[in-house]
Amino acid sequence: MTNGWTDIANADVVLAMGGNPAENHPVGFRFAMEAKRNRNAKLVVVDPRYQRTAAVSDKFVQIRAGSDVAFLGGLINYALTHNRIQEDYVKLYTNATFLVKEGYAFDETTGLFSGWDKDKKAYTDKSTWAYDIDPKTGFANVDETMQDPRCVFQLMKKFYARYTPAMVSSICGCSPQDLEKAAEIVTSTYLPNKVGTIMYALGWTHHSFSVQLIHAAAMLQLLLGNIGMPGGGLNALRGHSNIQGGTDCGMAYHNICGYIAIQKADQAKFEDYLNAVRPKPLRPGVMNFMANYDRFVVSQYKAYYGKNATQENDFGFNLHPKLPVGAAPGTYQNWSWAYMFDHMYEGQMDGLFSFGMNPVCNGPHSRKAIAALSKLKWLVVAENFETETAAFWSERVLWLNGGKPEDVKTEVFLLPAANFAEKDGSFTNSARWIAWKYKALDPPGDAKPDQEIIARIFLKVRELYQKEGGKYPDPVLALNWWYTSPNKPALEEVAKEINGWAITDVMDEKDPKVVAVKAGDQLGKFLDARADGSTLSGNWLYIGSYTQAGNLTQRRNGADPSGLGRYSEWAFNWPANRRVMYNRCSADATGQPWDPTRADIKWNGNKWIGDVPDYKPDSPPEAGMGAFIMNPEGVARLFVPGQFVEGPWTEHYEPMESPVQNPLHPDGQSSNPAAKPFKTQWDKLGKPDEYPIVATTYRLTEHFHYWTKNNPYNLQEQPEFFVEIPEELAAEKGIKSTQYVRVTSARGSIVGKAMVTRRIKPMTIAGKKVYQIGMPIHWGFFGAGDQEGSIANLVTHSVVDPNSFAPEYKGFLVKLEKA
Amino acid sequence: MAGKVLEIRAMSASSTPAPGIRSAPVVAKLIDTSACIGCKACEVACQEWNDLPPETTVQIGTYQTMPDTTPSFWNLIKFNEHETDDGAFHWLLRKDQCMHCADPGCLKACPAPGAIVQYNNGIVDFQQDNCIGCGYCIAGCPFNVPKMSRQTKKVYKCTLCVDRVSVGLEPACIKACPTNCLTFGTKEVLLQKAKSRVAQLQTAGFLDAAVYDPPGVSGTGVVSILAFGKNPEAYGLPKDPSVSFAVEIWKGPLKWIGNIAIVGGIIGTFVHYLRFGPKHVPEDDKAKQADAGR
Repeated sequence: MTNGWTDIANADVVLAMGGNPAENHPVGFRFAMEAKRNRNAKLVVVDPRYQRTAAVSDKFVQIRAGSDVAFLGGLINYALTHNRIQEDYVKLYTNATFLVKEGYAFDETTGLFSGWDKDKKAYTDKSTWAYDIDPKTGFANVDETMQDPRCVFQLMKKFYARYTPAMVSSICGCSPQDLEKAAEIVTSTYLPNKVGTIMYALGWTHHSFSVQLIHAAAMLQLLLGNIGMPGGGLNALRGHSNIQGGTDCGMAYHNICGYIAIQKADQAKFEDYLNAVRPKPLRPGVMNFMANYDRFVVSQYKAYYGKNATQENDFGFNLHPKLPVGAAPGTYQNWSWAYMFDHMYEGQMDGLFSFGMNPVCNGPHSRKAIAALSKLKWLVVAENFETETAAFWSERVLWLNGGKPEDVKTEVFLLPAANFAEKDGSFTNSARWIAWKYKALDPPGDAKPDQEIIARIFLKVRELYQKEGGKYPDPVLALNWWYTSPNKPALEEVAKEINGWAITDVMDEKDPKVVAVKAGDQLGKFLDARADGSTLSGNWLYIGSYTQAGNLTQRRNGADPSGLGRYSEWAFNWPANRRVMYNRCSADATGQPWDPTRADIKWNGNKWIGDVPDYKPDSPPEAGMGAFIMNPEGVARLFVPGQFVEGPWTEHYEPMESPVQNPLHPDGQSSNPAAKPFKTQWDKLGKPDEYPIVATTYRLTEHFHYWTKNNPYNLQEQPEFFVEIPEELAAEKGIKSTQYVRVTSARGSIVGKAMVTRRIKPMTIAGKKVYQIGMPIHWGFFGAGDQEGSIANLVTHSVVDPNSFAPEYKGFLVKLEKA
Repeated sequence: MAGKVLEIRAMSASSTPAPGIRSAPVVAKLIDTSACIGCKACEVACQEWNDLPPETTVQIGTYQTMPDTTPSFWNLIKFNEHETDDGAFHWLLRKDQCMHCADPGCLKACPAPGAIVQYNNGIVDFQQDNCIGCGYCIAGCPFNVPKMSRQTKKVYKCTLCVDRVSVGLEPACIKACPTNCLTFGTKEVLLQKAKSRVAQLQTAGFLDAAVYDPPGVSGTGVVSILAFGKNPEAYGLPKDPSVSFAVEIWKGPLKWIGNIAIVGGIIGTFVHYLRFGPKHVPEDDKAKQADAGR
């Protein structure tokens, strides 16, 4: 979330799209209801199904799963053609005024950008996806009037002019009137004193074009002047209590903690790495905060390797794991989820630790996952319950792939793990609030908290390396395992380390005689971190969470002097306890709020007051420092100069399995040109003639992932797997509610009870009648009640978004028949 | 529970006045169906607070947990699909439970002394130790709420968490509700709140929005806000509920007619005795009886 849960109550318009907040985030959704109740806010819901959020909406529009980009393109086009944009904001805070490099082009017939190599079927040259740079200064050229045909604003207008209501209707299946009605409500927030928010979740991230989809939403919010405003923003709703914390702390393969890029195998020296990741300013006067990259990386290395990270060894740069180079020159290996299972299937992995994960159920394409797990030598699962993954080798699960248990050579260890209530620690929620939690009860039996399981394994492995040596024992032996109880590191100590402290006295950067942070003291702010090895910090983003004042994540002060639901002394909000990110945009060029009733920060003549400013606290507005301090151009990117793999603008591409050719370029590129299917025998994609129905998957309020199927109360609430089927389709097939139906894709099939409903309507897509059906996840083979092995992911495929590598769980093709 | 006894305003099948001498404001639960997301947190909170075991359910072609409330499941969100004349689709989600009528049909119908009581705060509560399992309350309820247990042959329903309310807490469902579509307080205050919400809904285009507080049962302790107020049937609510005619007759005039008949019978017998004296058995009959005895 750029903003926060409590802030949603400040919105005038809430667009819930690519998410079903009432269903999946019912507690946080209360703030959307508060906005409705207290501000007469309008709730617009756009989704493939009329669902729980739609039940309380002011306007619901049904679209085809996987057509969201087209709908957002329609909203952008509506805003631009009806002049419903906040022009002053756009000029000040976005790259709309920037000129784009000569050579950049988009071919409307092929649906491809400049730089496409027809033979290789890839973008081999992305150099034209860039700003027009003044060679003398190194800065981008701009046109403040936004009239130059090469400026971002004019290019954008031209690009999205194709997303007419008729075209959107043809792609999405909604009526042009529905689009226009929704657009009228959503774009009503273009006025400086009107603010709208967007709530999205996995309905946007589970596509083969998910990052670009979110880019489109960001463009819309920027045009409307909604980013940085209380009640605005672009708000990703996280689906697990601490998934935000996981992402913050280096969960993904391509980052280390704090979204710091992973080191690459061809970067021999620390300097090579820094040159690759540290940005150079693109406009005069910008802060370009990430010029501080070195402070944060060095401090993180110091947390990992302690005394073994020295100036001489580049602070342990070569101790830290590096991402291996890929097969093609200039590429690197991919170890994201779907790729990892592909590598596993190809025999490139010996073992897997699976903590709190159930890949057979929660990953895409369950049968491929089972086949991949069968190739492992060993598998360690740490869980509360026996899972489909821990028992993938058993007859109960393995019949899916037709194998025999005796043929599976994988040695499986199931370690009983404590659950969330049986250990202390912290949760970082969607709003980036890091909140400490306390243990409610002891884990049963031999169950241990994760950190103890990891510590014991690590200490044993280290002992083996000490005794036996090995290929490269140095990183393991150098690790700084300083905890008071090495077997059971106290999470309080880990939290201290994540924030970090001064190893030696840290001197003030303006006055080197003054000690800024005494040796041993906790760091208080980002720039306390040093690149000279005098500080350590496990995650720079969390600096400020555990200071000399104590563990601030334990704060529970419900006071709200702002009246805007800021609750600044409740827990700790990264970054820097800032509640609304990009909040410099909530004020105009002179530093006064666009809407005085919703002032997040304002300039009082000497400094910025209000929320923690996302800006240099004493930089006056007239100095013109860009509002987006993390970007080297100082402004937000409508046009994205090269960061995304499939182009600088978001274009609608069809899902990998689609009932139609892309109506925007029927003779050109249909699906995402950068998304590539895997090549194993399992990776089959279906064609619409055989699999004519669009299917999507989702969660239910009544369950939490694949875990609550062990709880009889949750099962009472939703006892069985089911398939939601439109009435018309059911009538065509002679299916009645509660009869068993079979859903089959090119990957597999599942059986479940039919839920015939009026909540999904048939659609006309590109002149063709198209049905869609929906299936919840949550069931499998193990648990209380009647588990019939109806794992929704048996039918999904594992093609991923080429930027984020999230699989396309939503919007794929199936056929339906009576079981 | 002498304390609770002092709060009893009405008691089933009791000829003496109810013992309540304390006064208390009438409490109510306000259900804003237009803000309900059907998350069912209230369903489970009800079971957990009341220590009720989970039910075994099956998928019945809807998101609704089960077709109806049961003796150990007192709070059910009903999922009704509704299309308005303009073709717009609505999913009407309504919490179904005991309405705690001011004029409770169940209490009126109940022949077991003290099996159903009404407290002076308006809560209607079943005292299962006094219940004789006749099921008359089921027939007497215009909302089809009380449910008989096959095992215990007693009838059960929502208590409005009388145990929580009497110590100053809100009912468990209210505490669990994430969207504040459920609120608890005095009925007077909640009706004011309901009115302003109805006005807001009307401004938002739901012209028929209304408060459901049916006069046929003298109002209810569970008051609902309905966006389609003219069509409570769409929510599974009776349009104009009242205590059934049979119960009214039976517990009203018929009860007195019955009483008169009983008393008349006793008086008649006594008068007959005074007038004709005891019955004498003729001698022939005595002999016949003696023969039969052999």
